[in-house]
Amino acid sequence: MATRVEDASDQTVLIEIQGLTKRFGAFTAVDNVSFQVRRGEVLGFLGPNGAGKSTTMRMLAGFMIPTAGTARILGHDVQTDSVAARGVLGFLPEGAPTYPEMSVEGFLRFCARVRGFSGSELADRVDHALGLTTLRGVRLQPVETLSKGFKRRVGLAQALLHDPPVLVLDEPTDGLDPNQKHEVRGLIERMAPEKAIVISTHILEEVDAVCSRAIVIANGRIVADATPAELEQRHPSGKLEEVFRALTMEGMA
Amino acid sequence: MSKTLVVANRELRAYFATPVATVFIVIFLVLQGALTFNLGQFFDRAQADLNPFFTFIPWVFLLLIPAITMRLWAEERRLGTIELLLTLPITQGQAVLGKFLAAWGFCAIALALTFPFVIAVNILGSPDNGVIASGYVGCLLIAGAFLSVGAAMSAVTRNQVIAFVLAVAICFVFAVASNPIVNDFLAKNVPALGEFTRRIAVIDRFTDFTRGIIALRDLIYFATFIGFFLFLNTVLVDQRKAD
Repeated sequence: MATRVEDASDQTVLIEIQGLTKRFGAFTAVDNVSFQVRRGEVLGFLGPNGAGKSTTMRMLAGFMIPTAGTARILGHDVQTDSVAARGVLGFLPEGAPTYPEMSVEGFLRFCARVRGFSGSELADRVDHALGLTTLRGVRLQPVETLSKGFKRRVGLAQALLHDPPVLVLDEPTDGLDPNQKHEVRGLIERMAPEKAIVISTHILEEVDAVCSRAIVIANGRIVADATPAELEQRHPSGKLEEVFRALTMEGMA
Repeated sequence: MSKTLVVANRELRAYFATPVATVFIVIFLVLQGALTFNLGQFFDRAQADLNPFFTFIPWVFLLLIPAITMRLWAEERRLGTIELLLTLPITQGQAVLGKFLAAWGFCAIALALTFPFVIAVNILGSPDNGVIASGYVGCLLIAGAFLSVGAAMSAVTRNQVIAFVLAVAICFVFAVASNPIVNDFLAKNVPALGEFTRRIAVIDRFTDFTRGIIALRDLIYFATFIGFFLFLNTVLVDQRKAD
């Protein structure tokens, strides 16, 4: 990885979401969500299934067209300046989709070419991403023959390929075994100082482990936005799980 | 390499990584051969040209091309890879064009493998190879026209069977629009429409090419046809990608 010396006080806003709303017919999946993510922050995006986590992330990645509101990545609007915005974004979609018939290396080379790399730089990028996600051993295997955990890491490797300043990862540790989870969390922690990272999860221990900030979303609305430690203090038990239940059950009523 | 070609390259390799390519090419060649030699009475005519071959090819394409295109977008949506592809830094137009070019390139490969027909007529007689070449250009254009319809229909639904049936139906309408049965019927009942359908029909345009005529208006027709459906494809992908 390029060893850039970052100024510790560099708190540039890299992700800016304002009034993001998505309606499917009469159903409002995401309701007026606004937040910012600065360089160095790891934002945990929490919520029950169907709360609107993936929908928000899809809109942030420019894949889903919002009903209202805007999302900007490094100042590039994801709708009107989408190619530039996606160029500085590493996105792991929900379920980590990949082309099943391609080899791991072939798939990453395809992504790297689309991202404009070629020649020896392309080979270096692919090799580096394979190393980060410990996929070198299976580089020539077709993706369809891999286990769920490996597939997830192929998706992750694709998101890290171009060393983007902004990472949006939808459930990056889903389907991984405890050792692999530990590795991915370590990877996120190491990258954190230089990037703005958003991860969605419903594993609460993960929030404590890697996130510097947590947003809880229920029924499409933000119900809490604080550091994990602050959240824990909101319930007498001091457990994030209890806080999460209290916040999201309230929203259901 | 431009991003469109990167997408096209990946897509074309995908055909050959699965049995799709082999099955398609074998069926295409067998069908085309059987129709040309048997129904087309290739030998009995005792004429050194490829007219029987060119007569049947649009109908073979009508059946087989939607089978190639039905998976183009429907498969991406089923696998969820559309979310990956369209969040890479490419425009939707580049993705649509890339996929179309790959399918077109694949058809060109299948078409090139019909070279034994050309060799056969050249051994048996002395055909006008210019006419044959212009016929092949026509084949490529009619393939492109059907592909653009099929690709757009594939973006309508995530169900490949529906995509296939819609594509065959629409291609069929464009194929029979200049047929005398249709034209006589329309001329008698709705004269205004009769003229219109003859103008939008693909087969008449194609027939010009098989006679060795490469007319500018025919080229413009095919370019407009393909361009329109690729544009429709881009709009459909944009509207329906996240459904």
